[in-house]
Amino acid sequence: MDQLNAWFTQLLAGNAIFTANTLGFYWNGLVTTVQLVFLCLLLGIVLAVPLAIGRGSKRWWIKWPIYAYTYVFRGTPLLIQLYLVYYGVVFFNGIQDTIFWEVFKDAFYPALMAFTLNTAAYTTEIFRGAIKNTAKGEIEAARAYGMSKGLMMRRIILPSAFRRALPAYGNEVIFMLHASAVASVVTIMDLTGAAYYVYARFYAPFPAFIFVALIYLCLTFSIMFVFRRLEKRLLAHLRPRGA
Amino acid sequence: MAATPIPLEAKGIKKRFGDHEVLKGISLQAQKGDVITLIGASGSGKSTFLRCMNLLEQPDEGELIVHNETIGFRATKHGREPADWKQVERIRAKLSMVFQNFNLWSHMTLLENVIEAPVNVLKKPKKQAIEEARALLDRVGLLERADYFPTQMSGGQQQRGAIARALAMDPEVMLFDEPTSALDPELVGDVLKVMRDLADEGRTMILVTHEIAFARDVSSQVIYLHQGVVEEVGAPADVLDNPRSERLRQFLAPKH
Repeated sequence: MDQLNAWFTQLLAGNAIFTANTLGFYWNGLVTTVQLVFLCLLLGIVLAVPLAIGRGSKRWWIKWPIYAYTYVFRGTPLLIQLYLVYYGVVFFNGIQDTIFWEVFKDAFYPALMAFTLNTAAYTTEIFRGAIKNTAKGEIEAARAYGMSKGLMMRRIILPSAFRRALPAYGNEVIFMLHASAVASVVTIMDLTGAAYYVYARFYAPFPAFIFVALIYLCLTFSIMFVFRRLEKRLLAHLRPRGA
Repeated sequence: MAATPIPLEAKGIKKRFGDHEVLKGISLQAQKGDVITLIGASGSGKSTFLRCMNLLEQPDEGELIVHNETIGFRATKHGREPADWKQVERIRAKLSMVFQNFNLWSHMTLLENVIEAPVNVLKKPKKQAIEEARALLDRVGLLERADYFPTQMSGGQQQRGAIARALAMDPEVMLFDEPTSALDPELVGDVLKVMRDLADEGRTMILVTHEIAFARDVSSQVIYLHQGVVEEVGAPADVLDNPRSERLRQFLAPKH
Protein backbone atom coordinates (compact mmCIF):
# COMPACT_ATOMS: atom_id res chain seq x y z
CA MET A 1 0.00 0.00 0.00
CA ASP A 2 2.79 2.41 0.94
CA GLN A 3 4.58 1.39 -2.16
CA LEU A 4 1.52 2.10 -4.28
CA ASN A 5 1.08 5.44 -2.60
CA ALA A 6 4.69 6.35 -3.22
CA TRP A 7 4.39 5.29 -6.82
CA PHE A 8 1.31 7.40 -7.26
CA THR A 9 2.88 10.49 -5.63
CA GLN A 10 5.89 10.08 -7.85
CA LEU A 11 3.65 9.76 -10.87
CA LEU A 12 1.86 12.98 -10.11
CA ALA A 13 4.93 14.82 -8.85
CA GLY A 14 6.50 17.03 -11.44
CA ASN A 15 3.47 16.68 -13.60
CA ALA A 16 1.85 19.95 -14.43
CA ILE A 17 -1.14 18.43 -16.18
CA PHE A 18 -3.16 16.37 -13.71
CA THR A 19 -3.61 18.93 -11.00
CA ALA A 20 -6.65 19.34 -8.82
CA ASN A 21 -7.80 21.99 -11.26
CA THR A 22 -7.75 19.83 -14.39
CA LEU A 23 -9.09 16.81 -12.53
CA GLY A 24 -11.98 19.08 -11.58
CA PHE A 25 -12.57 19.70 -15.28
CA TYR A 26 -12.64 16.00 -15.95
CA TRP A 27 -15.01 15.48 -13.04
CA ASN A 28 -17.43 18.10 -14.32
CA GLY A 29 -17.14 16.60 -17.77
CA LEU A 30 -17.99 13.19 -16.36
CA VAL A 31 -21.06 14.59 -14.62
CA THR A 32 -22.20 16.33 -17.82
CA THR A 33 -21.68 13.21 -19.94
CA VAL A 34 -23.52 10.98 -17.50
CA GLN A 35 -26.41 13.46 -17.23
CA LEU A 36 -26.65 13.88 -20.97
CA VAL A 37 -26.53 10.18 -21.75
CA PHE A 38 -28.80 9.13 -18.91
CA LEU A 39 -31.45 11.72 -19.76
CA CYS A 40 -31.41 11.05 -23.48
CA LEU A 41 -31.73 7.30 -22.88
CA LEU A 42 -34.60 7.82 -20.46
CA LEU A 43 -36.47 10.14 -22.81
CA GLY A 44 -35.55 7.84 -25.69
CA ILE A 45 -37.25 4.87 -24.05
CA VAL A 46 -40.32 6.92 -23.19
CA LEU A 47 -40.62 7.87 -26.86
CA ALA A 48 -39.61 4.50 -28.25
CA VAL A 49 -42.23 2.34 -26.51
CA PRO A 50 -45.29 4.00 -28.09
CA LEU A 51 -43.43 4.44 -31.37
CA ALA A 52 -42.49 0.75 -31.48
CA ILE A 53 -46.11 -0.21 -30.83
CA GLY A 54 -47.31 2.25 -33.47
CA ARG A 55 -44.74 0.98 -35.94
CA GLY A 56 -46.60 -2.36 -35.90
CA SER A 57 -49.98 -0.75 -36.47
CA LYS A 58 -52.11 -1.80 -39.41
CA ARG A 59 -52.94 1.83 -40.18
CA TRP A 60 -50.54 3.28 -42.73
CA TRP A 61 -50.84 6.82 -41.41
CA ILE A 62 -49.46 5.66 -38.05
CA LYS A 63 -46.95 3.15 -39.38
CA TRP A 64 -45.29 5.10 -42.20
CA PRO A 65 -44.45 8.38 -40.44
CA ILE A 66 -42.75 6.39 -37.67
CA TYR A 67 -40.83 4.36 -40.20
CA ALA A 68 -39.78 7.55 -42.00
CA TYR A 69 -38.60 9.03 -38.70
CA THR A 70 -36.50 6.02 -37.68
CA TYR A 71 -35.16 5.70 -41.22
CA VAL A 72 -33.95 9.31 -41.34
CA PHE A 73 -32.42 9.32 -37.87
CA ARG A 74 -30.68 5.99 -38.33
CA GLY A 75 -29.59 6.96 -41.83
CA THR A 76 -27.76 10.19 -41.02
CA PRO A 77 -24.76 10.89 -38.77
CA LEU A 78 -25.47 11.97 -35.20
CA LEU A 79 -23.05 14.89 -35.62
CA ILE A 80 -25.13 16.28 -38.49
CA GLN A 81 -28.31 15.85 -36.48
CA LEU A 82 -26.67 17.72 -33.62
CA TYR A 83 -25.63 20.59 -35.94
CA LEU A 84 -29.11 20.77 -37.41
CA VAL A 85 -30.78 21.05 -34.02
CA TYR A 86 -28.14 23.32 -32.49
CA TYR A 87 -27.88 25.77 -35.38
CA GLY A 88 -31.34 25.10 -36.73
CA VAL A 89 -33.48 26.32 -33.86
CA VAL A 90 -32.28 29.91 -34.40
CA PHE A 91 -34.04 29.98 -37.75
CA PHE A 92 -37.47 29.56 -36.25
CA ASN A 93 -38.69 33.14 -36.44
CA GLY A 94 -39.48 34.64 -33.12
CA ILE A 95 -38.16 31.75 -31.05
CA GLN A 96 -35.94 34.23 -29.23
CA ASP A 97 -39.04 35.76 -27.71
CA THR A 98 -40.48 32.52 -26.38
CA ILE A 99 -39.67 30.43 -23.36
CA PHE A 100 -38.06 27.85 -25.66
CA TRP A 101 -35.17 30.21 -26.23
CA GLU A 102 -34.33 30.17 -22.54
CA VAL A 103 -33.94 26.45 -22.89
CA PHE A 104 -32.33 26.26 -26.30
CA LYS A 105 -29.72 28.95 -25.95
CA ASP A 106 -27.87 26.62 -23.62
CA ALA A 107 -26.08 24.06 -25.79
CA PHE A 108 -27.01 21.25 -23.39
CA TYR A 109 -30.65 21.16 -24.44
CA PRO A 110 -30.24 21.10 -28.22
CA ALA A 111 -27.71 18.32 -27.68
CA LEU A 112 -30.11 16.47 -25.41
CA MET A 113 -32.82 16.82 -28.02
CA ALA A 114 -30.65 15.57 -30.88
CA PHE A 115 -29.38 12.63 -28.82
CA THR A 116 -32.89 11.75 -27.67
CA LEU A 117 -34.27 11.75 -31.21
CA ASN A 118 -31.35 9.64 -32.34
CA THR A 119 -31.48 7.01 -29.62
CA ALA A 120 -35.30 6.90 -29.74
CA ALA A 121 -35.05 5.98 -33.44
CA TYR A 122 -32.68 3.08 -32.76
CA THR A 123 -34.56 1.96 -29.65
CA THR A 124 -37.85 2.00 -31.56
CA GLU A 125 -36.42 -0.43 -34.09
CA ILE A 126 -34.92 -2.65 -31.36
CA PHE A 127 -38.25 -2.85 -29.51
CA ARG A 128 -40.14 -3.23 -32.77
CA GLY A 129 -38.11 -6.29 -33.68
CA ALA A 130 -38.58 -7.81 -30.24
CA ILE A 131 -42.34 -7.17 -30.27
CA LYS A 132 -42.62 -8.70 -33.71
CA ASN A 133 -40.82 -11.82 -32.54
CA THR A 134 -43.29 -12.57 -29.76
CA ALA A 135 -44.37 -16.19 -30.14
CA LYS A 136 -47.65 -16.34 -32.08
CA GLY A 137 -48.92 -19.08 -29.80
CA GLU A 138 -48.47 -16.94 -26.68
CA ILE A 139 -50.46 -14.12 -28.26
CA GLU A 140 -53.14 -16.58 -29.27
CA ALA A 141 -53.30 -17.92 -25.71
CA ALA A 142 -53.70 -14.37 -24.41
CA ARG A 143 -56.60 -13.80 -26.81
CA ALA A 144 -58.15 -17.15 -25.95
CA TYR A 145 -58.13 -16.25 -22.24
CA GLY A 146 -60.16 -13.10 -22.83
CA MET A 147 -57.43 -10.47 -22.69
CA SER A 148 -58.13 -7.14 -24.36
CA LYS A 149 -55.51 -5.74 -26.73
CA GLY A 150 -54.23 -3.30 -24.12
CA LEU A 151 -53.95 -5.91 -21.40
CA MET A 152 -52.20 -8.30 -23.76
CA MET A 153 -49.68 -5.59 -24.73
CA ARG A 154 -49.05 -4.70 -21.10
CA ARG A 155 -48.89 -8.18 -19.59
CA ILE A 156 -47.70 -10.50 -22.36
CA ILE A 157 -46.13 -8.77 -25.36
CA LEU A 158 -44.12 -5.94 -23.79
CA PRO A 159 -42.70 -7.83 -20.78
CA SER A 160 -41.51 -10.62 -23.01
CA ALA A 161 -40.26 -8.26 -25.75
CA PHE A 162 -38.31 -6.04 -23.33
CA ARG A 163 -36.51 -9.06 -21.99
CA ARG A 164 -35.55 -10.22 -25.44
CA ALA A 165 -34.50 -6.67 -26.41
CA LEU A 166 -32.18 -6.36 -23.42
CA PRO A 167 -28.88 -7.47 -25.03
CA ALA A 168 -29.42 -5.29 -28.12
CA TYR A 169 -30.50 -2.37 -25.95
CA GLY A 170 -27.35 -2.75 -23.84
CA ASN A 171 -25.34 -2.22 -27.01
CA GLU A 172 -27.37 0.88 -27.81
CA VAL A 173 -26.59 2.32 -24.36
CA ILE A 174 -22.87 1.82 -24.88
CA PHE A 175 -23.12 3.20 -28.40
CA MET A 176 -24.87 6.29 -27.07
CA LEU A 177 -22.23 6.83 -24.40
CA HIS A 178 -19.51 6.78 -27.05
CA ALA A 179 -21.50 8.87 -29.49
CA SER A 180 -22.08 11.52 -26.82
CA ALA A 181 -18.47 12.59 -27.38
CA VAL A 182 -19.71 14.69 -30.31
CA ALA A 183 -21.47 16.98 -27.82
CA SER A 184 -18.13 18.68 -27.28
CA VAL A 185 -18.23 20.25 -30.75
CA VAL A 186 -21.16 22.46 -29.77
CA THR A 187 -19.28 23.88 -26.77
CA ILE A 188 -20.54 21.40 -24.19
CA MET A 189 -17.89 20.60 -21.59
CA ASP A 190 -18.53 16.91 -21.42
CA LEU A 191 -15.75 14.37 -20.88
CA THR A 192 -14.36 14.87 -24.37
CA GLY A 193 -14.73 18.63 -23.99
CA ALA A 194 -12.67 18.46 -20.81
CA ALA A 195 -10.02 16.46 -22.61
CA TYR A 196 -9.92 19.06 -25.40
CA TYR A 197 -9.48 21.76 -22.84
CA VAL A 198 -6.56 20.00 -21.15
CA TYR A 199 -5.03 19.26 -24.54
CA ALA A 200 -5.30 22.87 -25.64
CA ARG A 201 -4.11 24.29 -22.36
CA PHE A 202 -1.00 22.12 -21.99
CA TYR A 203 -0.58 21.02 -25.59
CA ALA A 204 -0.45 17.46 -24.32
CA PRO A 205 -2.80 15.46 -26.52
CA PHE A 206 -1.67 12.03 -25.49
CA PRO A 207 -2.11 12.25 -21.69
CA ALA A 208 -5.28 14.29 -22.08
CA PHE A 209 -7.01 11.80 -24.35
CA ILE A 210 -5.61 8.59 -22.88
CA PHE A 211 -6.98 9.67 -19.52
CA VAL A 212 -10.42 10.39 -20.93
CA ALA A 213 -10.35 7.10 -22.84
CA LEU A 214 -9.80 5.28 -19.54
CA ILE A 215 -12.79 7.03 -18.00
CA TYR A 216 -14.98 6.05 -20.98
CA LEU A 217 -13.70 2.51 -20.64
CA CYS A 218 -14.67 2.40 -16.96
CA LEU A 219 -18.14 3.72 -17.80
CA THR A 220 -18.54 1.12 -20.54
CA PHE A 221 -17.55 -1.67 -18.21
CA SER A 222 -20.00 -0.44 -15.57
CA ILE A 223 -22.81 -0.42 -18.14
CA MET A 224 -21.86 -3.90 -19.31
CA PHE A 225 -21.84 -5.11 -15.73
CA VAL A 226 -25.29 -3.71 -15.03
CA PHE A 227 -26.72 -5.28 -18.20
CA ARG A 228 -25.06 -8.59 -17.45
CA ARG A 229 -26.81 -8.60 -14.08
CA LEU A 230 -30.13 -7.56 -15.59
CA GLU A 231 -29.90 -10.26 -18.24
CA LYS A 232 -29.10 -12.87 -15.65
CA ARG A 233 -32.22 -11.91 -13.72
CA LEU A 234 -34.66 -11.16 -16.51
CA LEU A 235 -33.62 -13.80 -19.02
CA ALA A 236 -33.69 -16.63 -16.49
CA HIS A 237 -36.62 -18.15 -18.37
CA LEU A 238 -34.43 -18.83 -21.40
CA ARG A 239 -31.86 -20.88 -19.52
CA PRO A 240 -32.03 -24.38 -18.13
CA ARG A 241 -32.80 -24.42 -14.44
CA GLY A 242 -29.88 -23.80 -12.11
CA ALA A 243 -27.57 -22.63 -14.91
CA MET B 1 -88.33 -23.40 -13.52
CA ALA B 2 -86.04 -22.47 -16.39
CA ALA B 3 -83.93 -25.20 -17.89
CA THR B 4 -80.21 -24.99 -17.09
CA PRO B 5 -78.50 -22.94 -19.79
CA ILE B 6 -76.68 -24.85 -22.49
CA PRO B 7 -72.95 -24.16 -22.03
CA LEU B 8 -72.19 -23.96 -25.73
CA GLU B 9 -74.10 -24.23 -28.95
CA ALA B 10 -72.86 -23.71 -32.51
CA LYS B 11 -75.30 -23.59 -35.39
CA GLY B 12 -74.41 -23.87 -39.06
CA ILE B 13 -70.84 -22.64 -38.75
CA LYS B 14 -69.23 -21.85 -42.12
CA LYS B 15 -65.70 -20.67 -42.67
CA ARG B 16 -63.68 -20.04 -45.79
CA PHE B 17 -60.03 -19.16 -46.29
CA GLY B 18 -59.89 -17.41 -49.65
CA ASP B 19 -61.59 -19.67 -52.17
CA HIS B 20 -61.36 -22.72 -49.99
CA GLU B 21 -64.41 -23.47 -47.88
CA VAL B 22 -63.07 -25.21 -44.77
CA LEU B 23 -66.32 -25.53 -42.83
CA LYS B 24 -69.54 -26.06 -44.74
CA GLY B 25 -72.14 -25.58 -42.04
CA ILE B 26 -71.38 -27.47 -38.84
CA SER B 27 -73.50 -27.54 -35.71
CA LEU B 28 -72.84 -28.82 -32.24
CA GLN B 29 -74.53 -28.64 -28.88
CA ALA B 30 -72.63 -29.21 -25.66
CA GLN B 31 -74.86 -29.90 -22.65
CA LYS B 32 -73.40 -29.64 -19.19
CA GLY B 33 -71.00 -32.53 -18.58
CA ASP B 34 -70.76 -33.51 -22.24
CA VAL B 35 -67.45 -34.61 -23.65
CA ILE B 36 -67.62 -34.11 -27.41
CA THR B 37 -64.78 -35.39 -29.51
CA LEU B 38 -64.05 -34.16 -33.01
CA ILE B 39 -62.13 -36.57 -35.18
CA GLY B 40 -61.12 -36.52 -38.81
CA ALA B 41 -58.12 -36.45 -41.12
CA SER B 42 -55.91 -33.36 -41.21
CA GLY B 43 -57.58 -30.72 -43.32
CA SER B 44 -61.04 -31.91 -42.35
CA GLY B 45 -61.63 -28.65 -40.50
CA LYS B 46 -61.85 -29.98 -36.95
CA SER B 47 -59.29 -27.59 -35.46
CA THR B 48 -60.73 -24.65 -37.38
CA PHE B 49 -64.18 -25.52 -36.04
CA LEU B 50 -62.84 -25.62 -32.49
CA ARG B 51 -61.08 -22.27 -33.00
CA CYS B 52 -64.30 -20.75 -34.32
CA MET B 53 -65.97 -21.50 -31.01
CA ASN B 54 -63.87 -18.99 -29.09
CA LEU B 55 -63.51 -16.77 -32.15
CA LEU B 56 -59.80 -17.24 -32.67
CA GLU B 57 -61.15 -17.71 -36.19
CA GLN B 58 -64.15 -15.66 -37.25
CA PRO B 59 -66.90 -17.86 -38.67
CA ASP B 60 -68.29 -16.39 -41.91
CA GLU B 61 -71.77 -17.71 -41.22
CA GLY B 62 -73.58 -19.37 -38.37
CA GLU B 63 -74.50 -18.68 -34.81
CA LEU B 64 -72.68 -19.16 -31.51
CA ILE B 65 -74.47 -19.23 -28.19
CA VAL B 66 -72.48 -19.50 -24.99
CA HIS B 67 -74.42 -19.92 -21.79
CA ASN B 68 -77.55 -18.29 -23.25
CA GLU B 69 -75.56 -15.41 -24.73
CA THR B 70 -75.60 -15.12 -28.52
CA ILE B 71 -72.49 -13.57 -30.04
CA GLY B 72 -73.39 -10.57 -32.16
CA PHE B 73 -71.81 -9.98 -35.55
CA ARG B 74 -71.83 -7.03 -37.90
CA ALA B 75 -71.16 -6.92 -41.61
CA THR B 76 -67.96 -5.29 -42.88
CA LYS B 77 -66.35 -4.95 -46.28
CA HIS B 78 -64.42 -8.18 -45.78
CA GLY B 79 -67.27 -10.30 -44.49
CA ARG B 80 -68.33 -10.02 -40.89
CA GLU B 81 -66.73 -9.52 -37.54
CA PRO B 82 -67.91 -9.52 -33.93
CA ALA B 83 -69.99 -6.45 -33.19
CA ASP B 84 -68.64 -6.08 -29.67
CA TRP B 85 -65.13 -7.22 -28.82
CA LYS B 86 -65.84 -6.77 -25.11
CA GLN B 87 -68.49 -9.45 -25.48
CA VAL B 88 -66.01 -11.71 -27.26
CA GLU B 89 -63.46 -11.22 -24.47
CA ARG B 90 -66.10 -12.01 -21.85
CA ILE B 91 -67.11 -15.17 -23.68
CA ARG B 92 -63.55 -16.30 -24.31
CA ALA B 93 -62.94 -16.10 -20.57
CA LYS B 94 -65.66 -18.74 -20.15
CA LEU B 95 -64.13 -21.09 -22.73
CA SER B 96 -60.62 -22.08 -21.72
CA MET B 97 -58.50 -23.46 -24.50
CA VAL B 98 -55.68 -25.98 -24.30
CA PHE B 99 -53.40 -25.82 -27.33
CA GLN B 100 -51.41 -28.39 -29.23
CA ASN B 101 -48.18 -26.47 -28.50
CA PHE B 102 -49.14 -25.58 -24.89
CA ASN B 103 -48.55 -21.86 -25.50
CA LEU B 104 -47.64 -21.10 -21.92
CA TRP B 105 -46.32 -17.54 -21.55
CA SER B 106 -42.59 -18.07 -21.61
CA HIS B 107 -41.50 -15.14 -19.44
CA MET B 108 -43.67 -16.24 -16.52
CA THR B 109 -43.23 -19.08 -14.09
CA LEU B 110 -45.78 -21.86 -14.12
CA LEU B 111 -47.61 -20.35 -11.13
CA GLU B 112 -47.63 -16.91 -12.76
CA ASN B 113 -49.05 -18.49 -15.91
CA VAL B 114 -51.88 -20.05 -13.95
CA ILE B 115 -52.87 -16.90 -12.02
CA GLU B 116 -52.39 -14.44 -14.92
CA ALA B 117 -55.86 -14.55 -16.49
CA PRO B 118 -57.81 -15.09 -13.24
CA VAL B 119 -56.16 -12.00 -11.72
CA ASN B 120 -56.13 -9.72 -14.77
CA VAL B 121 -59.19 -10.88 -16.71
CA LEU B 122 -61.51 -12.17 -14.00
CA LYS B 123 -60.15 -9.64 -11.45
CA LYS B 124 -59.76 -12.22 -8.72
CA PRO B 125 -57.78 -11.17 -5.64
CA LYS B 126 -54.20 -12.28 -6.16
CA LYS B 127 -53.94 -14.13 -2.88
CA GLN B 128 -57.01 -16.21 -3.62
CA ALA B 129 -55.79 -16.88 -7.18
CA ILE B 130 -52.45 -18.14 -5.87
CA GLU B 131 -54.13 -20.48 -3.40
CA GLU B 132 -56.38 -21.89 -6.10
CA ALA B 133 -53.49 -22.16 -8.55
CA ARG B 134 -51.41 -24.15 -6.09
CA ALA B 135 -54.32 -26.53 -5.52
CA LEU B 136 -54.68 -26.99 -9.29
CA LEU B 137 -50.96 -27.54 -9.78
CA ASP B 138 -51.08 -30.12 -7.02
CA ARG B 139 -53.94 -31.79 -8.83
CA VAL B 140 -52.03 -32.10 -12.11
CA GLY B 141 -48.95 -33.23 -10.17
CA LEU B 142 -46.83 -30.12 -10.73
CA LEU B 143 -46.84 -28.31 -7.40
CA GLU B 144 -43.09 -28.67 -7.04
CA ARG B 145 -42.68 -27.10 -10.50
CA ALA B 146 -44.60 -23.92 -9.57
CA ASP B 147 -41.51 -21.70 -9.86
CA TYR B 148 -40.18 -23.26 -13.06
CA PHE B 149 -40.35 -21.46 -16.38
CA PRO B 150 -42.03 -23.29 -19.28
CA THR B 151 -38.76 -23.98 -21.12
CA GLN B 152 -37.47 -25.74 -18.02
CA MET B 153 -40.21 -28.37 -18.17
CA SER B 154 -40.94 -31.34 -20.42
CA GLY B 155 -43.73 -31.13 -22.97
CA GLY B 156 -45.99 -33.31 -20.85
CA GLN B 157 -45.43 -31.09 -17.82
CA GLN B 158 -46.06 -27.97 -19.88
CA GLN B 159 -49.32 -29.40 -21.17
CA ARG B 160 -50.49 -30.39 -17.70
CA GLY B 161 -49.54 -26.87 -16.59
CA ALA B 162 -51.58 -25.48 -19.47
CA ILE B 163 -54.53 -27.58 -18.31
CA ALA B 164 -54.14 -26.12 -14.82
CA ARG B 165 -54.12 -22.66 -16.40
CA ALA B 166 -57.34 -23.52 -18.23
CA LEU B 167 -58.98 -24.87 -15.05
CA ALA B 168 -58.06 -21.74 -13.10
CA MET B 169 -60.65 -19.86 -15.16
CA ASP B 170 -63.34 -22.25 -13.91
CA PRO B 171 -64.61 -22.38 -17.48
CA GLU B 172 -68.08 -23.29 -18.76
CA VAL B 173 -66.45 -25.36 -21.46
CA MET B 174 -62.89 -26.52 -22.01
CA LEU B 175 -61.62 -26.66 -25.58
CA PHE B 176 -58.75 -29.04 -26.30
CA ASP B 177 -56.97 -28.62 -29.63
CA GLU B 178 -54.97 -31.82 -30.21
CA PRO B 179 -53.49 -31.64 -26.70
CA THR B 180 -51.24 -34.68 -27.07
CA SER B 181 -50.13 -34.38 -30.69
CA ALA B 182 -46.91 -32.52 -29.90
CA LEU B 183 -45.86 -34.87 -27.10
CA ASP B 184 -43.40 -37.73 -27.03
CA PRO B 185 -45.36 -41.01 -26.78
CA GLU B 186 -44.22 -41.73 -23.23
CA LEU B 187 -45.58 -38.36 -22.03
CA VAL B 188 -49.05 -38.73 -23.57
CA GLY B 189 -50.35 -40.97 -20.77
CA ASP B 190 -49.98 -38.42 -17.97
CA VAL B 191 -51.84 -35.76 -19.93
CA LEU B 192 -54.66 -38.14 -20.88
CA LYS B 193 -54.95 -39.19 -17.25
CA VAL B 194 -55.54 -35.59 -16.18
CA MET B 195 -58.11 -35.15 -18.97
CA ARG B 196 -59.94 -38.36 -18.05
CA ASP B 197 -60.08 -37.10 -14.49
CA LEU B 198 -61.74 -33.89 -15.71
CA ALA B 199 -64.26 -35.81 -17.80
CA ASP B 200 -65.10 -37.96 -14.78
CA GLU B 201 -65.79 -34.94 -12.58
CA GLY B 202 -68.33 -33.71 -15.13
CA ARG B 203 -66.43 -30.97 -16.94
CA THR B 204 -67.94 -29.94 -20.25
CA MET B 205 -65.24 -30.57 -22.84
CA ILE B 206 -64.85 -30.29 -26.57
CA LEU B 207 -61.85 -32.11 -27.82
CA VAL B 208 -59.99 -32.47 -31.10
CA THR B 209 -57.79 -35.52 -30.94
CA HIS B 210 -56.23 -38.45 -32.76
CA GLU B 211 -56.35 -40.63 -29.63
CA ILE B 212 -59.24 -42.85 -30.72
CA ALA B 213 -59.06 -45.21 -27.75
CA PHE B 214 -59.23 -42.26 -25.37
CA ALA B 215 -62.15 -40.77 -27.31
CA ARG B 216 -64.04 -44.06 -27.04
CA ASP B 217 -63.48 -44.12 -23.26
CA VAL B 218 -64.45 -40.60 -22.27
CA SER B 219 -66.71 -39.14 -24.97
CA SER B 220 -70.43 -38.71 -24.73
CA GLN B 221 -70.51 -37.85 -28.41
CA VAL B 222 -68.12 -38.31 -31.31
CA ILE B 223 -68.27 -36.18 -34.45
CA TYR B 224 -66.43 -37.32 -37.55
CA LEU B 225 -65.63 -34.47 -39.93
CA HIS B 226 -64.66 -34.87 -43.54
CA GLN B 227 -63.83 -31.88 -45.77
CA GLY B 228 -65.79 -29.47 -43.63
CA VAL B 229 -68.91 -31.58 -43.30
CA VAL B 230 -70.15 -33.74 -40.42
CA GLU B 231 -70.00 -37.23 -41.88
CA GLU B 232 -71.03 -39.19 -38.81
CA VAL B 233 -72.13 -38.24 -35.36
CA GLY B 234 -73.30 -40.19 -32.34
CA ALA B 235 -72.29 -42.12 -29.26
CA PRO B 236 -68.73 -43.46 -29.41
CA ALA B 237 -70.01 -47.03 -29.49
CA ASP B 238 -71.94 -46.27 -32.68
CA VAL B 239 -69.49 -44.05 -34.48
CA LEU B 240 -66.22 -45.69 -33.53
CA ASP B 241 -67.24 -49.33 -33.31
CA ASN B 242 -69.88 -49.45 -36.03
CA PRO B 243 -68.87 -46.86 -38.60
CA ARG B 244 -71.40 -46.61 -41.40
CA SER B 245 -69.30 -44.91 -44.04
CA GLU B 246 -66.39 -46.52 -45.82
CA ARG B 247 -64.33 -43.37 -45.28
CA LEU B 248 -64.64 -43.52 -41.49
CA ARG B 249 -63.88 -47.25 -41.56
CA GLN B 250 -60.66 -46.50 -43.39
CA PHE B 251 -59.87 -43.60 -41.06
CA LEU B 252 -60.23 -45.86 -38.04
CA ALA B 253 -58.38 -48.83 -39.52
CA PRO B 254 -54.96 -49.53 -37.97
CA LYS B 255 -52.32 -47.75 -40.08
CA HIS B 256 -49.64 -50.40 -39.96
